[in-house]
Amino acid sequence: MKLLTHNMLTSNIIKGVTKGYPLKIECQQIEIVETEFNKEFLEKMIPKIDYGVLCRAADQIGHLGDLPKVLPETSDYNEEFMKELHRVLLKVEIKEGNLVCPETGRKFPVSNGIPNMLLNEEEV
Amino acid sequence: MFETPDFSHLRDKEFSEVYEPAEDSFLFLNSLEDEFDYLAKIKPTIVLEIGCGSGIISTFVKRLFPFSFCICTDINSSASKAAVISAARNLVDLNAASPLEDRLSGKVDLLLFNPPYVVTPDEEVGGRNISAAWAGGEKGRRIIDKVLPHVPNMLSPLGVFYMVVIKENNIDEIEEKMRIFNMKMTCVRSTRTGPEFLSVLKFTFDRS
Repeated sequence: MKLLTHNMLTSNIIKGVTKGYPLKIECQQIEIVETEFNKEFLEKMIPKIDYGVLCRAADQIGHLGDLPKVLPETSDYNEEFMKELHRVLLKVEIKEGNLVCPETGRKFPVSNGIPNMLLNEEEV
Repeated sequence: MFETPDFSHLRDKEFSEVYEPAEDSFLFLNSLEDEFDYLAKIKPTIVLEIGCGSGIISTFVKRLFPFSFCICTDINSSASKAAVISAARNLVDLNAASPLEDRLSGKVDLLLFNPPYVVTPDEEVGGRNISAAWAGGEKGRRIIDKVLPHVPNMLSPLGVFYMVVIKENNIDEIEEKMRIFNMKMTCVRSTRTGPEFLSVLKFTFDRS
């Protein structure tokens, strides 16, 4: 699971949970995967992500690196920033661990890189 | 124009619980190929496939648009594993698209759904194994009807939704349901295969 996917997941599917965002990450295994860099894609993605959540998640798992904690002005999207954003969004892959609902503590296992968000009937 | 992804690994025993690509999958691939010029103009950034099964559709889309973020979901976790192997990578196991819906609201440029459309008794709907891949209950519409109301919320303004159906699903009724959300429907391709008359439907916001 990439941090980009994490950025899009909520646990408000659980009965009684209102926001369920962001999910906490408990990480057991991380892999760095090579993915092709594309500036245009990243530029289009920036307005769609919650940048603060991305930085906190990366920090939590020790992979923030040189990514600035505050989103720079559009005119300051230099190459160094784009490369760091690319790395954090698309190259850091959580292979094993858990996503934890911030309101109930319910754990969603991540196994083989796939988060399992399936709920039992009584939880819905 | 584009090569069909290799899915020979699905013959392995490990994937006996995964829906193997069949006529419906291939009709879907051909339809997306037909739509390539249209989609290339939209330049999809976020692609979501609901119920990806083996992942053949998303793998193909990723080939058409290498710089898109493709998220796949499935209720059957062994289907998800097959899809990882077939390189459609960003997988989430879930019941519907719901844990993604809040954050993806208004952002999905391309939404894909090959639903469980087969007419079956209602009791067969909603398992977590391979029958979830086809059992559609009354008119084959039980799952389709759950997903449809979420579509307009998920799509970006120029977003497009493609779905496979059979004649028994009652295409006119589906068109009517989506018109309420100001979405217009067209049929991209149809084919008859054995007892099934399959179509791939396309939905976009009516901007007229």
